[in-house]
Amino acid sequence: MFPAAFDYHAPSSLAEALSVLKERGDDAKVMAGGQSLIPLLKLRFAQPALVVDIGRLPGMAEIKRDDGHMRVGALVRHVDVERSTELAKLVPLMVEGVHWIADPLVRNRGTVVGSVCHADPAGDWGSIMLALNAELVAQSSSGERVIPLDGFFQGPFTTSLRPDEVVTAIRIPLPAGRAGGSFHKLERKVGDFATVAVSVQLQLDGNKVKKAGIGLTSVGSTNIKAKQAEQALVGHELNDDLIAEAARLAAAAAEPKDDNRGTAAYKKDVVRVYVQRGLKAALARAQEVKA
Amino acid sequence: MKVTMRVNGVERSGDIEPRVLLVDFLRTNLALTGTHVGCDTTSCGACSVQIDGEPVKSCTVLAVQAEGREVKTVEGLANGAALAPIQVGFHEEHGLQCGFCTPGMMMVTSALLERNPNPTDDEIRWAISGNICRCTGYMNIVKAVKHAAQMQAEAVKAPEHAAVAGGGE
Repeated sequence: MFPAAFDYHAPSSLAEALSVLKERGDDAKVMAGGQSLIPLLKLRFAQPALVVDIGRLPGMAEIKRDDGHMRVGALVRHVDVERSTELAKLVPLMVEGVHWIADPLVRNRGTVVGSVCHADPAGDWGSIMLALNAELVAQSSSGERVIPLDGFFQGPFTTSLRPDEVVTAIRIPLPAGRAGGSFHKLERKVGDFATVAVSVQLQLDGNKVKKAGIGLTSVGSTNIKAKQAEQALVGHELNDDLIAEAARLAAAAAEPKDDNRGTAAYKKDVVRVYVQRGLKAALARAQEVKA
Repeated sequence: MKVTMRVNGVERSGDIEPRVLLVDFLRTNLALTGTHVGCDTTSCGACSVQIDGEPVKSCTVLAVQAEGREVKTVEGLANGAALAPIQVGFHEEHGLQCGFCTPGMMMVTSALLERNPNPTDDEIRWAISGNICRCTGYMNIVKAVKHAAQMQAEAVKAPEHAAVAGGGE
């Protein structure tokens, strides 16, 4: 399969990329690793007139601490997350989740930010980042803006990013104190999209929940942030009844469809079970952290 | 547009459209047909090659993305008549039946051995989890990789003996 013909531009600086997008952004697609875009081009689901390959931009492949955040640059690949001892220590949910994404070869090229911007409702990074309350840093020739991930996804493969913008990094608030996360994914085989995946992140204050994040994959037209379930947890001590109630609320927020991976009713129930398991695992991990 | 990369240690160029995939550039422009096209949808791994030492699926890389990079294909494994340890492993342990997945399997597992010279069964299975064999399963592929790992370890201890065992000069 060949993509339809396109012009190709590989800018050597961010300024050059932004000026090209200012000119031709409406007809262009930005490519980082290409592991989502190239399959779409080959299937001709996407036929941009121009592909802007940001893969050679300098200084965008860094993972670093930045003012209470972890800043993951736009060219950080999945494999870089897998190998990051700093993320394993500071944001272990990312490292737990990344092992479930695609397969090792795709992880050698695909990027975290590219996956988020691709906005596939079956993507895993979207739900992990929603649970972590991450935000994107977007640049255009008129400046920089920070976009909270909550609200970024507008539909399948559709986001609030403007055609003249490039996301240069994603910022994850550093989990502080007694915090823990957990990622559960049901997939038919390695490399398949999730039937259902659930990301959970908790932060405790004493025995009570201070912050809760729950993100859902493959059960709606976008990755879903289960806000009602999150709110039900905050300020309370977790027990089996509350965990069951939050799981019920998260399942109610899911809007899956019947397909060859399962019926909608089945997927909703997997959400319920995975949120329960996720909350229990995240709680146990948070409790292990010495205050 | 013109694209230039090092393929198996030799600088190669071509004049191609940007939409040409790396696997097609290798097979059609450079006549390196050892790299196979299987599913053409990033699923099977038959097209696996190494870019700068890391295995990737060449059906999902544009040739222009490899501009200036170091690409290694199955044709770059052997040194003249001397098979690479990974090739000897697949030969000795019957790690293939039809052979269609084999170039991809070897490019992935030789990269694994570079990073991890003594992998466990689980680590080998993890590494090849993006590569599909539809003939016979994975038992002998795992054995082949372990065989190669052992050969490499022996080569470090006794270089001359290992070269003979590997069919070398």
